Amino acid sequence: MIGHFLVKGLDRGVAITLLVVLAIGVLIPASNLLLPEGHALHVPTYLLTLFGKYATYATLALALDLVWGYCGILSLGHGAFFALGGYAMGMYLMRQIGSRGVYGNPILPDFMVFLNWKELPWYWHGFDHFGFALVMVVLAPGLLAFVFGWFAFRSRVTGVYLSIITQALTYALLLAFFRNDMGFGGNNGLTDFKDIVGYNVQSAGTRATLFFLSCLLVAVGLLVTSAIVKSKLGKVLIAIRDAESRTRFIGYRVATFKTVVFTVSAMLAGLAGALYVPQVGIINPGEFAPANSIEAVIWVAVGGRGTLVGAIVGAVAVNWGKTWFTGALPELWLFALGGLFVLVTLFLPKGIVGTWSAWTAKRRAARDAAPAAAE
Amino acid sequence: MTTDIAANAQLYLDDVRVSFDGFKALRGLSLTIEPGEMRAIIGPNGAGKTTMMDVITGKTRPDSGEVLFEGGSVDLTRLDEAAIAELGIGRKFQKPTVFESHTVEDNVYLALKADRGPLATLFHRLNAEEARRIDEILATVKLGDRRHELAANLSHGQKQWLEIGMLLAQEPKLLLVDEPVAGMTDAETMETAALLRRIHDSGKSVVVVEHDMAFVRELGVKVTVLHEGGVLSEGSIDHVAADPRVIEVYLGR
Amino acid sequence: MPFLARRLARLAVLLVALIALPFAGGSASAQDISAPLAKLATDSYADTGAAIAELAASGHPRAAAIVQAIQDGKLEFDAASHAVVIRGAASVVDAATGAAIATPPAGLSPVRVNNRVRTALAAAVGSLTLMSPDPVKRREAADAVFKSRDAATLPILEAAIAKEGDARIRLALQVARAAVILTKPEASDDARVEAAATIKERGDQEAVSLLRSLPEGSAKRVKDAAEAAAKSIETNLALWSSAQNALYGISLGSVLLLAAIGLAITFGVMGIINMAHGEMVMIGAYTTFVVQEVIRAHAPGLFDWSLTIALPLAFLTSGAVGVLIERTVIRWLYGRPLETLLATWGISLILQQSVRSIFGANNREVGAPSFMSGSLDIGHLSITWGRMWIVVFALSVFVGLILILKKTPAGLQMRAVTQNRAMAAAMGIRTPFVDALTFGLGCGIAGIAGVALSQIDNVSPNLGQSYIIDSFMVVVFGGVGNLWGTLVGALTLGVVNKFLEPFAGAVLGKILVLIFIILFIQKRPRGLFALKGRAVES
Ligand SMILES: Nc1ncnc2c1ncn2[C@@H]1O[C@H](COP(=O)(O)OP(=O)(O)O)[C@@H](O)[C@H]1O
Ligand SMILES: [Mg+2]
Repeated sequence: MIGHFLVKGLDRGVAITLLVVLAIGVLIPASNLLLPEGHALHVPTYLLTLFGKYATYATLALALDLVWGYCGILSLGHGAFFALGGYAMGMYLMRQIGSRGVYGNPILPDFMVFLNWKELPWYWHGFDHFGFALVMVVLAPGLLAFVFGWFAFRSRVTGVYLSIITQALTYALLLAFFRNDMGFGGNNGLTDFKDIVGYNVQSAGTRATLFFLSCLLVAVGLLVTSAIVKSKLGKVLIAIRDAESRTRFIGYRVATFKTVVFTVSAMLAGLAGALYVPQVGIINPGEFAPANSIEAVIWVAVGGRGTLVGAIVGAVAVNWGKTWFTGALPELWLFALGGLFVLVTLFLPKGIVGTWSAWTAKRRAARDAAPAAAE
Repeated sequence: MTTDIAANAQLYLDDVRVSFDGFKALRGLSLTIEPGEMRAIIGPNGAGKTTMMDVITGKTRPDSGEVLFEGGSVDLTRLDEAAIAELGIGRKFQKPTVFESHTVEDNVYLALKADRGPLATLFHRLNAEEARRIDEILATVKLGDRRHELAANLSHGQKQWLEIGMLLAQEPKLLLVDEPVAGMTDAETMETAALLRRIHDSGKSVVVVEHDMAFVRELGVKVTVLHEGGVLSEGSIDHVAADPRVIEVYLGR
Repeated sequence: MPFLARRLARLAVLLVALIALPFAGGSASAQDISAPLAKLATDSYADTGAAIAELAASGHPRAAAIVQAIQDGKLEFDAASHAVVIRGAASVVDAATGAAIATPPAGLSPVRVNNRVRTALAAAVGSLTLMSPDPVKRREAADAVFKSRDAATLPILEAAIAKEGDARIRLALQVARAAVILTKPEASDDARVEAAATIKERGDQEAVSLLRSLPEGSAKRVKDAAEAAAKSIETNLALWSSAQNALYGISLGSVLLLAAIGLAITFGVMGIINMAHGEMVMIGAYTTFVVQEVIRAHAPGLFDWSLTIALPLAFLTSGAVGVLIERTVIRWLYGRPLETLLATWGISLILQQSVRSIFGANNREVGAPSFMSGSLDIGHLSITWGRMWIVVFALSVFVGLILILKKTPAGLQMRAVTQNRAMAAAMGIRTPFVDALTFGLGCGIAGIAGVALSQIDNVSPNLGQSYIIDSFMVVVFGGVGNLWGTLVGALTLGVVNKFLEPFAGAVLGKILVLIFIILFIQKRPRGLFALKGRAVES
């Protein structure tokens, strides 16, 4: 059943993208590890980490596209799920530091010692086990999305109202995580990680592995989301997006579908966040900033919402642009980003990939029509 | 006595009242549809016809009154839209709404009677029986040759028909059809009437709301006239057409 | 040591009282301070102490200056001529008359001070200020006695109470006296019970702690009276503090109202999601900054008018930017709210960065005109004039806006277009023009909100960001499309926030309010004052 389900997700575009992503996932770390530093094809470590970050962003974009592009839920708070996944991973990494922290406390992370805490808060228990942390990486964002969706979708909060309250949600979390007594390191967040499942997070091998895993997550994420949107459930999602009340009248429980897809999407975002944190080496409340979430929306818009490959393309393209701008012309970056929001919504509503496939479809139709006319 | 009537009825509405911000859209509407009956409902604009359908399908909660289904066994006012649809009440909207970014075929596929749960739909595989049903329905509504096209590309009349096709796919016991021939040519109108009669002949109860008198005549069934949220007159088309009150408020305008 | 000092002070005061008594009639001889002045010239600590006490009791207009001079080490005497002078920065004046002395005696030396003298000085300063002609000083002195509860001051207090003309200061003096008596074990129970009642009049937290800190072994009657008085003050204080919270809440609410009211038009009435709304507020604030800069440079006298001048300019600037945005971007996106949201977010980034490029990333200093400084005190309530003006201003803007929408032809057209565009167009209304105008109005109002908010917030490129979520929450909570809803929503959220703060702290309070709104919207998706009908469903 699952096999058939996944195979259905594999169309040509998806298959090609899968291959490309996996190839990158293998080749870039290989070049980083195997080629000597001066070699023309050597990928320096900072680029490896940078691309690894892009890959986690691409997964976040996939998650967002699933709800926005296919179900019409414009979430302005997906960064919150990403960040929650990141915090869950960060908590694991913090506990791995053990007594190597500045204060040398074997149980308590440094910031807790600094705050004069005597024992570990209950919600930090279990995070010394990688498996537990991994479960929390999907469970924490999933649970939040489920509870939030359950309430919001059942009361039929839709459209911009929903967008605004998702923004309020991530904003509330931002404020909450800034508080020291929440027990997540306050302002500074979680950082100074040492190792992950026994390997030094800084080491070349670990970085290469994390990069590969990030690409693998993109690939698996793409395959699964693609299978979802091609299934009958995916068709229901699109039906909800286009005519919500009609869908209801033919017997689908719209709220249930929305809650399910929102939760799945949040879990995927959480996984992305979990891979992001060990690569950048820090997670702090800034990840909850509403601006982050809305920036993820523009990745999807640029790439083409409602096309999964587009989400990946958009995330990488926009972030590449951001890296370039903030290096070369830092003052201009916000102009560029702002302009992107305006121009894409006005002139490229289907995004890069959407426009491209519309164009090729038209050409194919024209080509098919030509011989028919000749007959 | 009312319970007797309810016990034998497919659909039973009694003293249904709905108001919007003080405006009374339905004021004590009562209506009984027998199993297997086809009924035409007419009435001037704003009479409350669409609101009545909203109440039956769970979109609008009545302020008071009874709405019972299947011989009084089910209280529709307690259910949501999806539950009512699953019970076997299908609805075609006044303004045709189809899923524009799905193909014609997929529109019918989504409407086909099947398990509506998320997990079931996620792993659902189109089987031979379903494929046959889709072919059959597309043939019935004459959209077989356009099955791979996006519904957005259909003409207005074709969208109306596709919507009727989706209704059929649900295999409902009761069909509510709101102004099915609005914007159709005369020929299309007659064809639609024939289609609805055929659906009725297959044993389903049908409630048709329509303005078009020629169409109602063509249906040739019992007619209920609504006015200001209540029943003004009921009977054969000739009977109601002769009713002076009806002439005054509706036909005689 | 303190014990000794107190003894001494008491002695001194006793002396004072003795000496002061004959002069109680207020004779001209009270003005004669030659005796104490002579003592100051003897260079003996004992004489100096006595002289200070006599001076304090004399009520002489020069007494305060002389005592002060001793304290500052500026009083000097000539052992030979017994002249006593005060050394100023440039000249030397005669201590008794304050007249400048052209040729000061040669052998001047300062009046020396030891600890005992210092104690006498302190007491003298206290009693001198109790009698000071300056009411503010007298009041401060009364409060100082209330805190020190020095029994030695009783006689002076009595004298001061008898002399005091100002009712409020007299009360303060009586309370101070009662404080002394209440904590003096040797006073009679009756006197102390009465004192408790007097202290109740003060009615603040300090009075409560005083009433709760009776000396050991006080009679039960006294204790009960004190406790009853403390209880009554506390009840009273709780009431005042609720009122104060409500006042702060209204103040916060009016800030929210100001920020949200423009949005109530663009989002509430037109249905446009303008994420750049906060930046319209920011532009208004920067307009104020520019206006003040120009005034500072060219017409400093006009500074008090700077806000008044900035108001129309901010309205026009933000309004013009709004019209520009509407004409170039938003009009292509009508009916696509999510796209509008994204595009206007982009615009907000561009506006922020523009302001950052022009004015820099740092906070800009916007000054307050004089009428906005200081604070308004009513009973135990206190609010700064700046905040008070914002409340008034927010309400005026609200009323003005309602009037514009309800009473002017332009307002009528706006409502017509937003309610039924096709019909309005058919009736000859130029709908695109009205759209631009309405949007401009909403943005212009955000601009004038910026003028007011520049007074209480940092004027920085991020100013708008901090208001956008709050503003949307207010509009959505109040009910979209309903200006009254916005008013009630803003004030409710403001007050709720301020009442939560004492329990939850500012940040948690804000989080709780956000969660509350999120839950509320799910219960009532259309807000407090929901519009019903088919129009809102599409
Ligand atoms: N959701 C609603 N909000 C406000 N008024 C409504 C709503 N639905 C229907 N109405 C009003 O109720 C009356 C009946 O409407 P409707 O049932 O659509 O009439 P019909 O379908 O017979 O033309 C109309 O005046 C309409 O404006
Ligand atoms: Mg109707």
